[in-house]
Amino acid sequence: MYALREALAAFRRAPVLTGLSAAMVGLALFVVGLFSLAAYNLRLALSSIEERVEIVVYLRDDTRQSEIDLALGELADIGEVARVRYVSKREALERAQQDLPEFGDLFASTDVNPLPQSLEVELRPGARTTEAMERISAAASVYPFVEDVEYGREWVDKLFTLRRVGAVSTAVLGGAFFMVAALIIGTALRIAIFARRDEIYVMRLVGAKNGFIRRPFLLEGAMSGFLGSLLAWLLTYVTYRGVYGYLFAVAWIPSSWIAGGVLGGMAFGVLASGLAIRRHLREV
Amino acid sequence: MIKLTNVSREFPKRGYALRDVSFHVKKGEFVFLTGHSGSGKSTTMRLVHMADRPTSGEVRVTGYSSETLSDREVWKLRRRVGYVFQDFRLLPGRSAQENVAFALEVTGTPQKDIAPRSQKLLGQVGLSTKSGALVNELSGGEQQRVAVARSLANDPFVLLADEPTGNLDERATRGIMETFWDINAKGMAVLMATHDLELVRRYPQARVLELDNGRLVYDSQGA
Repeated sequence: MYALREALAAFRRAPVLTGLSAAMVGLALFVVGLFSLAAYNLRLALSSIEERVEIVVYLRDDTRQSEIDLALGELADIGEVARVRYVSKREALERAQQDLPEFGDLFASTDVNPLPQSLEVELRPGARTTEAMERISAAASVYPFVEDVEYGREWVDKLFTLRRVGAVSTAVLGGAFFMVAALIIGTALRIAIFARRDEIYVMRLVGAKNGFIRRPFLLEGAMSGFLGSLLAWLLTYVTYRGVYGYLFAVAWIPSSWIAGGVLGGMAFGVLASGLAIRRHLREV
Repeated sequence: MIKLTNVSREFPKRGYALRDVSFHVKKGEFVFLTGHSGSGKSTTMRLVHMADRPTSGEVRVTGYSSETLSDREVWKLRRRVGYVFQDFRLLPGRSAQENVAFALEVTGTPQKDIAPRSQKLLGQVGLSTKSGALVNELSGGEQQRVAVARSLANDPFVLLADEPTGNLDERATRGIMETFWDINAKGMAVLMATHDLELVRRYPQARVLELDNGRLVYDSQGA
């Protein structure tokens, strides 16, 4: 009760200092928020591209239905395969006419459908690796009625390189942003505690227990972290609306990330306050 | 009450601040600790308050030993020992009553007892009419009285005062000394560090310990 009253009193007694420290926490976390927004959208973009990764098994025109059914069943039984879909010559032509309207005349003028029938093999998320694709392609190539197997090896390689670069840069940049935010928050709370070192001194002087001295400062750290997180959330949201409204469509970060950010901000506020107060507790 | 046995304190760069100092302050004694600047007075006071620990020897205060009392438990000693500084160390922007109440609150005094008790303590030092005044609006002498009232918050057995009159004029000094003697008359031991020999001479009934270059060179009781 005393801890809560004192923590609130600190905000009341020095509103500028505590407000500034919460604002610094907020700005530091805003950088993390912007980074999260960018990282989340990059992840979404990569996932949506990755979903389009599939293996196309082209079949000879004279393939019998029983052979198609056999290949459909055997390919679907492979662990990494999510779904196998048969595309007839007719369906392939319809798609081509729809997807490539500029060649509409060409497709309409000919009596013979030049497009082959095929099996589209969709992989499970997480199994869309070059190795898995090579293995499945090799398995499909074994059938004598298979004309060709394609999965755009170079494109898949590039995609996975991009994903690795994305993951590494997210980790490195995220780590760097986190460190910067940590330093700023730590400094802001150190300043706030330094301004109240006289109180800590007097408390030690008259015989207050260390835990009792710490509590209001830890609570204050949590409150600064909470207010700062809210400010960071607000600023990130305003930025998101601006980008969405004036530049391009982006997705808003999931609420679990926001909750994690707020809890992280509070936890870091407590940790930074705890570390900052340790020094002062050794003074008397 | 306070017992130093062969206490030395050596600092890495400065060398010895105290060398083999021993003395014993008994219950109800009034003791002046004198000496020039740098003679070791403040080091002795800090050791008695256990804000610092000796390099060798033992400091024992109201039953707590420097050898066994951990830093986490030093609060137990602090509640038995009041401390007054030359620069008062009050919380600015708070009233006299709030400064005393703060000491009571942080040491666990029940909420309902804080206001009457802080008022009583301020009355004891002659400041009952100024309890609502902000400390920065009070004179130096009055501020030091507030500091004394705060130091008495936990009914200590010993009062330590480090140059408490150093920033005060003659009249305020006399007032503070009267307050100390009143407190001492109630049975509390007072250990007061001062370099002001003129002041010490005014109170021949007090015991005098003199430090020089970290050594105890004089004890008026001859012990």
